[in-house]
Amino acid sequence: MPSIISIAGVTKTYATGFKALKEINLDIERGEIFALLGPNGAGKTTLISIVCGIVNRSSGTVTVDGHDIARDYRAARSLIGLVPQELTIDAFETVWATVNYSRGLFGKPPNKAFVEKVLRDLSLWEKKDAKAITLSGGMKRRLMIAKALSHEPRVLFLDEPTAGVDVELRQDMWAMVRRLREDGVTIILTTHYIEEAEAMADRVGVINRGEIVLVDDKAELMRKLGRKRLMLELRSPLAAIPESFSRYALELSPNGDQLTYTYDNQSDRPGVASLIRDLEAAGIQFRDIDTENSSLEEIFVNLLRQEP
Amino acid sequence: MNLRAVWAIYRVEMARALRTVLQSIISPVISTSLYFVVFGSAIGSRITEIDGISYGAFIVPGLIMLSLLTQSISNASFAIYFPKFVGSIYELLSAPVSYLEIVIAYVGGAATKSIVLGLIILATASLFVPLHIEHPFWMLAFLVLTAVTFSLFGFIIGIWAKSFEQLQLVPLLIITPLTFLGGSFYSINMLPGIWRTVTLFNPVVYLISGFRWSFYGKSDVSVGISLGMTVVFLGVCIAIVAWIFRTGYRLRN
Repeated sequence: MPSIISIAGVTKTYATGFKALKEINLDIERGEIFALLGPNGAGKTTLISIVCGIVNRSSGTVTVDGHDIARDYRAARSLIGLVPQELTIDAFETVWATVNYSRGLFGKPPNKAFVEKVLRDLSLWEKKDAKAITLSGGMKRRLMIAKALSHEPRVLFLDEPTAGVDVELRQDMWAMVRRLREDGVTIILTTHYIEEAEAMADRVGVINRGEIVLVDDKAELMRKLGRKRLMLELRSPLAAIPESFSRYALELSPNGDQLTYTYDNQSDRPGVASLIRDLEAAGIQFRDIDTENSSLEEIFVNLLRQEP
Repeated sequence: MNLRAVWAIYRVEMARALRTVLQSIISPVISTSLYFVVFGSAIGSRITEIDGISYGAFIVPGLIMLSLLTQSISNASFAIYFPKFVGSIYELLSAPVSYLEIVIAYVGGAATKSIVLGLIILATASLFVPLHIEHPFWMLAFLVLTAVTFSLFGFIIGIWAKSFEQLQLVPLLIITPLTFLGGSFYSINMLPGIWRTVTLFNPVVYLISGFRWSFYGKSDVSVGISLGMTVVFLGVCIAIVAWIFRTGYRLRN
């Protein structure tokens, strides 16, 4: 099946001359959770704003489920729900009124039962008659999500969904995202919190200075770029690492009872098995073995460092 | 046509008017009443009739226009500026709504409010002075046409404005003087020669003159010209709005 969102050759230059996006090509698969990762100012929000119709692109084309966002904007936009980064709500509207307004704006017939369900799912039902201005920050965030879900979108954009959000809401939100995915909704989230992408995403795209640096399966990305660490607890401390192990570039802990071997799957450095064989042959015995995957965060930092 | 969206926006605008009934209805009624007390009774009793109409009655159409213009502009400009200011405009821009629908909803909402206000002021005026309306149809036509035109104008200001100060600037520096100098409180025929000619460059003169004609059958300039000028101004506003939307000016840039 074709991608649900297809971005081809999209650029954006602001009136100030600032090039926010340089030639973006990106396809989002149907039903996936895609994390767009990048530092502040990388162009994440600009890219989302273009797909959602908030900002005009300078060139390129975007289609949503085959509908061009300019020529066929009604069909394209009807499919999309957007939860922006900032808490921007008409403060004087009640929760109930503003969520129904959003539904109407997207041309959907009134459906009280559905709106009620959205509010209940987000623990907002008790607050339905409260004005937005009286809600706490977390509640406002929930309200923004409720507005985005009010018109039953097939694609949901979450722009920095957990910035400044407490643990409970974050977990609620992740649970909600998984539920939506089960219903077949495609989810695109931007974040600069790597842990979020790591916990949620099927695929990760990294954007930096207006360019997509890399797009890959999360697992694949971690496999390809992820470093692994092997820690060996030694039975008896070593004074120094024997000469014969120099090709492994091992690290010895200060008290001499732990060896750490850092390796990655792509490198041509010798594998774990040969290290263990060599250790046994050298008569170095160990009590315990532990391995550690490097996080996406480390991958990400490494990736951006390689950038010119 | 996404009529549901038009209705949703319109309803929110109406709800805001009801929420701020003190500001949007009662305060204009009070200020109009004060005009009547001051100009109509205190000063008006010393002014002779104009064109055979008592001064109190003469100023009614001008007073209604005064409120209609300022309120249409402030309603519409605020309605579109506010979501821009708080950022909630993102939702409107990401919705499957055409420009035409956005304009119909916002301008319709603003115009409805000012038309209702105009009728309330009319009712208030009838408590102070004997009124009679010679051409009710044309009275309503001028009322609606003016409300729509200046709501469109307000919409443009709301999109153009980058601050609350700019939002106030045009109404304060241009519209209020033009209205006061546009014959709300006098007939332009009372002006000395050169000033009469200068006044004819003020578009508000035509609105007030035409509106007054619909009440009393007498006008400073011919009704046809009044109507023509109003329609021209409407056309200019529509053209500017069309340009704004085609280019995404200050909305999608």
